[in-house]
Amino acid sequence: MTWTNPLRDERDKRLPRIAGPCGLVIFGVTGDLSRKKLMPAIYDLANRGLLPPGFALTGFARRDWASQDFGQVVYEAVKAHARTPFRQEVWDRLAEGFRFVPGSFDDDDAFDRLEDTVRALDAERGTNGNHAFYLSIPPGAFPVVCKQLARSGLAIPDGDHWRRVVIEKPFGHDLKSAIELNGIVNDVFPEDSVFRIDHYLGKETVQNILAMRFANQLFEPIWNSHYVDHVQITMAEDIGLGGRAGYYDGIGAARDVIQNHLLQLLAFTAMEEPTSFSSNELRSEKIKVLNATRLVGPLDETTARGQYLGGWQGGEKVPGLKEEEGFNPESSTETYAAITCEVDTRRWAGVPFYLRTGKRLGRRVTEVAVIFKRAPHLPFDATMTEELGQNALVVRVQPDEGITMRFGSKVPGSQMEVRDVTMDFGYGTSFTEASPEAYERLILDVLLGEPSLFPVNAEVERSWEILDPVIEHWAKQAEGPDPYPAGSWGPDSANAMLARTGRTWRRP
Amino acid sequence: MIVDLPSSTTSAVNKKIVELREKGGVLALGRVLTLVILTDDSAALEGAIEAANSASREHPCRVIVVARGAKKAAPRLDAQIRVGGDAGASEVIVLRGYGPLAAEEAGAGMVMPLLLPDAPVVAWWPGEAPAVPSADPIGVLAQRRVTDALASKNPMKAFDQRRANYVPGDSDLTWTRLTPWRALLATALDAPPFEDVTGATVAGETVSPSTDLMAGWLAARLDVKVKRSPNDGGPGLTSVRLERASGPVELVRPDGKVGSLRQPGQPDRSVALIRREVRDCLAEELRRLDDDEPYAEALEGWGSVARGRTPVKAEL
Repeated sequence: MTWTNPLRDERDKRLPRIAGPCGLVIFGVTGDLSRKKLMPAIYDLANRGLLPPGFALTGFARRDWASQDFGQVVYEAVKAHARTPFRQEVWDRLAEGFRFVPGSFDDDDAFDRLEDTVRALDAERGTNGNHAFYLSIPPGAFPVVCKQLARSGLAIPDGDHWRRVVIEKPFGHDLKSAIELNGIVNDVFPEDSVFRIDHYLGKETVQNILAMRFANQLFEPIWNSHYVDHVQITMAEDIGLGGRAGYYDGIGAARDVIQNHLLQLLAFTAMEEPTSFSSNELRSEKIKVLNATRLVGPLDETTARGQYLGGWQGGEKVPGLKEEEGFNPESSTETYAAITCEVDTRRWAGVPFYLRTGKRLGRRVTEVAVIFKRAPHLPFDATMTEELGQNALVVRVQPDEGITMRFGSKVPGSQMEVRDVTMDFGYGTSFTEASPEAYERLILDVLLGEPSLFPVNAEVERSWEILDPVIEHWAKQAEGPDPYPAGSWGPDSANAMLARTGRTWRRP
Repeated sequence: MIVDLPSSTTSAVNKKIVELREKGGVLALGRVLTLVILTDDSAALEGAIEAANSASREHPCRVIVVARGAKKAAPRLDAQIRVGGDAGASEVIVLRGYGPLAAEEAGAGMVMPLLLPDAPVVAWWPGEAPAVPSADPIGVLAQRRVTDALASKNPMKAFDQRRANYVPGDSDLTWTRLTPWRALLATALDAPPFEDVTGATVAGETVSPSTDLMAGWLAARLDVKVKRSPNDGGPGLTSVRLERASGPVELVRPDGKVGSLRQPGQPDRSVALIRREVRDCLAEELRRLDDDEPYAEALEGWGSVARGRTPVKAEL
């Protein structure tokens, strides 16, 4: 007979999910991500009472720090970036669990010390042998860290305890390297202990796509090729590369964004209804739709890439990609990428999905726009509907989270004239204050062992399979990416790519 | 922005709201509920509005405050509309009724035309609440009636009334204050050893409805003998002890701030367990508007709790 906790009651919806006793070890604790996102998220979780009593946070880095110094670094990060107000009582409890282990990744001694530290935490703090390792490090360092974790015995749980590993993108740079990387990680950690963070999936708005589609009667009936003309998925940034130039050269926009974030958004938008919201069901639907997703050719005409030029953007003089400090002036790395996909299912046959991303574009925005077909017959004169566009439903992922619907409405007056209007649902500027950051949700899910918001191996590999032909095709071209001015919405080739079929990009 | 409408009517208020929206676009439209605050026209009023504004950041809502003024006065309705920076993510309408307009029925009449269409209504009594909230003229309009026994002049009497007059849709902040405790206890039992609880002791201030509710909840869930003991050393609930074959699980909080979770064979774990502020409790209340069955069972469970006389000490 399985034991059921008598204090748990599924009707008792007030009870939050608190992680059981555990600790988190962060590698690359001095990095930007760690200071701006991870540490504040951990404090916010503690402040919301969602971390277990006795939680331990261990930092590992090549710094000559004592645990107090590490505590000071976390303190500053929390003060600067935490979402929830600072409370001394919460901080004091959390800070008791800070440890720091100095060392480099190839230093056996350091990992032995880490093993000792983790073991000591089990005794002092009661982390009970449950530990997660967050690899906030370049993928080049994965093999050595994984090897060290295996060698020092940190990766192997005993009894009914768990060890989990959290990894960040990039998950390789093509299918081959992704399989290799997955192999390295899976050699040490079984697939169900591997949590791949795609922070987009932690966002409320992305999860809301599922709620909107599957909890309502209003949208699903028209969510198919009978009514949908095409879908545009956009992730635009207004900033340039700045300090990330070294990392970005040779990677480019398609690998950096389309392979993970945009294909995941496509999966959420196009997937069939899962039979339940359990992680297995959700993932199998996502894999199914990704398996049905293909590029539309010929790639010359259905893809576009660009590179931003210097100029004036929003009242500021900005350098072009090739003038960015430390960047290869000969680089043919793209900072703008657009591709055309289709989903070969009955539901989506013939509906193109346009995916685009870029840096130094008009403004920072991520959205999924579903553009509907025109009404088959308009009982109006052409002059009456001249200003009527296509109906659209836009999920604004960030910023200004919400949903916009665009439809025609009569212009007040004695004549019948129809013009586009929008109807807006906003989570509200203030609503989001209380809604957790993506990293909070994801870190908590790691500690709870709840995998539904993390892409699995198969999804990552399939995404590369979809994207690889584009990257290979681009690599074969003699000419590099098309230049586009900073602050614009991409190169002309991107517009031509849609104009082919009589469509245009939405200005988000 | 604060707009005063002295000697007004609700239709004038409605008209003004529409006008404000058209002129400045300052009133957002994505309201998910109407929160009606019922209070006396006193100093506590601003505190309640502040709590509501803060909760509205999570749940955009329209807040209607019914502040009952002097009953012995000429009939008069002073209204006030607050929007933008003065109202968090909500729009606040304060209705001060005097004379006959300070009576309960008149209050309901004033609130009715201002309720948002279709959206659920939550009634909240931050201070003294009627004996039967579900029979109150405004309570009748509401899907959810939130009271606070602890804020009453006589908390024990208020708690007894809650128990006697519970109907689905009632809720009390003394229950909301327990959520972090309940979550910690439930999580403690999630981990091995998976043993049945054989008995429980709950201690806290003599006058502490939350402590009583905790005992009631444990009695309802565990189906074992639960004892409620006094401990006047600390504020509110101070300790919960669950007996198991391998030893007790204990959660103690002597000072109202820091708690400690004790389990046999494991190090003590300290945890921040600050007494919750009203605004946090209110935000939790607004998160779910369905019937709260566990609360009903906890109220009922109190009936089978044994009262201990010997004070139980709680120490870190």
